Amino acid sequence: MDYKFNSMEQDIIDMLEDFCVNEVKPLAAELDEQERFPVETLEKLSEMGMMGMYIPEEYGGAGLSYNSYTAANEIFNKYCASTGCMFEVHGSLVTWPLLTYGSEEQKQKYLPKMASGEMLGAFGLTEAGAGSDAAGTKTVAEDKGDHYLLNGTKVFITNGYYAGLYLVFAMTDKDKGTKGISAFLVEKGWEGFSFGTKEKKMGIHGTSTYELVFEDVKVPKENLLGKLGEGFKIAMSTLDGGRISIAAQGVGIAQGALNELMPVIKARKQFGRSISSFQNTQFKCAEMQTEIDAARLLVYRASQMHQDHEHCVKEASMAKYYATKTANEVTRMCLQLAGGIGYTREYPFERFMRDAKITEIYEGTNEIQRIIIAGEMGVR
Amino acid sequence: MSRDIKIILLNNRGKSEMNMLVCIKQVPDTTEIKINPETNTLIRDGVPSIVNPFDAYALECAARVKDKNPDSKIVVISMGPEQAKVALKECLSVGGDKAFLVTDRKFGGSDTLATSYILSQAIAKLEETEGKFDLIFCGKQAIDGDTAQVGPEIAEQKDYPQVTYAFEVFAEEEGKVKVKKEVEDGFEMLELPTPAVITVTKPDYEPRYATIKTKMAANKAKIDNLTSEDFEVDATQAGLKGSPTKVKKTFTPPVKSGGIVIKEETNEDSAKKLYEMLADKNII
Amino acid sequence: MGFPLEAKTKDLWVFIETQNGKDGAARNVGLELLNPGRRLADGQGGKLVAVVIGDGCDEAVKESVAYGADKVIVLDAPVYNHYTTEAYTAAFVHLIEKDCPTSILMGASNLGRDLGPRVAARVRTGLTADCTALDLDDSGNVAWTRPAFGGNLMATILCPDHRPQIGTCRPGVFKKTEADESRTAEIVKDDYAFPAEDVRVKLLEVITDEAAEKVDLEGAEIIVSGGRGVGGPEGFEPVRALANALGGVTGASRASVDAGWIPHAHQVGQTGKTVGPKLYVACGISGAIQHLAGMSGSDTIVCVNKDADAPIFNVADFGVVGNLFEVLPVLTELVNKNKG
Repeated sequence: MDYKFNSMEQDIIDMLEDFCVNEVKPLAAELDEQERFPVETLEKLSEMGMMGMYIPEEYGGAGLSYNSYTAANEIFNKYCASTGCMFEVHGSLVTWPLLTYGSEEQKQKYLPKMASGEMLGAFGLTEAGAGSDAAGTKTVAEDKGDHYLLNGTKVFITNGYYAGLYLVFAMTDKDKGTKGISAFLVEKGWEGFSFGTKEKKMGIHGTSTYELVFEDVKVPKENLLGKLGEGFKIAMSTLDGGRISIAAQGVGIAQGALNELMPVIKARKQFGRSISSFQNTQFKCAEMQTEIDAARLLVYRASQMHQDHEHCVKEASMAKYYATKTANEVTRMCLQLAGGIGYTREYPFERFMRDAKITEIYEGTNEIQRIIIAGEMGVR
Repeated sequence: MSRDIKIILLNNRGKSEMNMLVCIKQVPDTTEIKINPETNTLIRDGVPSIVNPFDAYALECAARVKDKNPDSKIVVISMGPEQAKVALKECLSVGGDKAFLVTDRKFGGSDTLATSYILSQAIAKLEETEGKFDLIFCGKQAIDGDTAQVGPEIAEQKDYPQVTYAFEVFAEEEGKVKVKKEVEDGFEMLELPTPAVITVTKPDYEPRYATIKTKMAANKAKIDNLTSEDFEVDATQAGLKGSPTKVKKTFTPPVKSGGIVIKEETNEDSAKKLYEMLADKNII
Repeated sequence: MGFPLEAKTKDLWVFIETQNGKDGAARNVGLELLNPGRRLADGQGGKLVAVVIGDGCDEAVKESVAYGADKVIVLDAPVYNHYTTEAYTAAFVHLIEKDCPTSILMGASNLGRDLGPRVAARVRTGLTADCTALDLDDSGNVAWTRPAFGGNLMATILCPDHRPQIGTCRPGVFKKTEADESRTAEIVKDDYAFPAEDVRVKLLEVITDEAAEKVDLEGAEIIVSGGRGVGGPEGFEPVRALANALGGVTGASRASVDAGWIPHAHQVGQTGKTVGPKLYVACGISGAIQHLAGMSGSDTIVCVNKDADAPIFNVADFGVVGNLFEVLPVLTELVNKNKG
């Protein structure tokens, strides 16, 4: 089942594609080279209403379908994975839980600002000693009567520094393990909230990845998201959706690299003929496009189920595992077919390859995905 | 004086609401066109249709006038087949308020003079419902035909003053506009009374992007047709019959065979050889 | 007056633009058109007539004669000092109504493209813009050949039943003949002066950007252009250096202008200027057809490009396969060393 978009959705998708060709693609190498966050792109996307594309209209969004949002994730990543990453974290990891678990007051207060791009979202779950194993969370939020007192450090936080709203997970009851974790909405600029070191990464250089440091940060009671002790559930269900977006990111990266390869193999000649006329090249291209399409089908199956509020934990994990594996295989092969020039930074293949790697790691490593899939299958 | 009245007075000072018309053309993206070497014909299949870039600048120019005078209105028209509505919708998402398609089989084959006549007649009809247009904008030329004639010819048909190669339009007073025009060695600032025709060149600003909201509104918008039944058209001045110019033939430009290729061991040697050859032939 | 008009003579008119404030000298494009105009006028069996409109334009009249006009019609009045659509259109139409010729040639300059369609629409005749070749068909009509679809296709246009038949030609497409100062011609002065108060478009101010370098691509004898291959604004330095060494002007392809590396005034090609210098050096320009449309009339074309398959090599007389950043400095040095 390939997803068919209606004419309205297709118009928006075409518009975004056009925008990416003109504004995102030309910036990609520069962001990578300078390790710079795309502030100007964020501004333009905000003006276009793109940051709230699937937020309902009553909260200032455009009210588009989740599937169009998935398509947007694929499109950004065809041109620049860093820009895609900024968009995905905002949409999947902050907008979605706020929409799903937020109180009416919280939604009224924050969603319009998220939709307009005034507030970019960031997701603070990972800690030095707690990645896939959330029970090891050391950040604590102590009940002080009229507020919570937040203390601890989060690491590898995408959109760190540039975000306005941080969804932070902290222990409210150490004895209960993961059931003692709660989720909080923390605003940038609150006293005691500061940024630690900026990470130096292999790829997605244009994302700003920071340490978040909380020292006696007073979080108002009304900024608890969901119920006390619901944090782990919120985090896990949020990541289920996030995986679909990362899977779309994988498809986008793979398709982007293959698209870039096409003119190169036609123009480049070896032994007096174009690279594309060799059967090895033809077979590899056929294989790559087939793999990408297969991955895309998995992505839209999961996206459609998510849009219909169906249980799609297994499908999301399968899409993420397969699409991100494909992204890595395809980008590596594209570089190989481009040959020596593929290894230079004059061409985007090495960047696609470096950017692809993270997709197998974040929002649940692909090993974790296999555990989830097996678990859902009942293989224990 | 109450606060509300004060605000109204302030808003009125130096403001001039403009009723604007933008004429656009849907064109094949000529950067994507290829020639079939066997039949010597254009391969149009798969070549995207776009709003003529200079018309997009014209629309942006009008939209900037509206930005400063928000009560202004922008009507967009195009002459062409039903398919041109895609281009009109595109315009509605980036500044147009209303759009109409001038379409009729009888209009087919019109040259620039016939086209400007039909458009002038259509504009007169539109003015009955949309009000008299203060400014009529066109792109300085269309990238498929490159004639740059329809704008000035509309101006002539309507007996309006014109400014071609306009860069920016300033509507600060009622009944007149200032226009910054590009000339060979710089710019001129001109002033002219409205109504007037303005044809727009490539400015130093880019047309705005659509937003999701404007795109969705454009998708839903209904675009009415204006045909020969809706307004008066003298058949001797429209279509193939009404066109003074006729296309006798089309052909692909002759391909020049390449010259001398210089590729020495090093770039330095290549440069030296090129210099010798040019000097030898007294070219430099 | 009834339209279409009937030709009263077999003459061919060439509109001579004057350079206001420059002793009323003629602009090149008009003088260039006297060259193909001669051939067409002879073919039509009429005179080659130069139409000079300006304010103090004796010099332009003299030049028109020297470059081949049999007759010069002169409209010389203060109202024509600075070009205005209304005064010039009225003047031109006045002359046409008085003495309608068979054909008229104008330059496809900014001025000609403003005036031509206005005149054509007023006398309800056909206008063919931006012609690159002019011939006569069997019935004596001018066969106007012009590029369309960005130069991908050429079209030959006729205007069989309407007179005068009018066409514009881009500057640089045709070459001036040798001037012959000894020639004489009939000079006809017309005293029609459009009332200055009826000019609706007023010139408030001329804005010359002092900081910007003057870019006279159309008049240049040597042009050195940079394209996408220069890589960025600083990549134009070696291009400018060579242009300066050769006493030429810096040009650019659309790709480099769109990227914001150099102002639009430098752009050569379909959406820029059409040029016809003696020497055109294309550096890092692949040679998209839109670019070729603007420079293929150059006498000698040189290209420097890394990619030996680039289409620019098909039109180049001399093509260097190599890195422009290494080729240009060496060439510049050789040019400077051997000067004088």
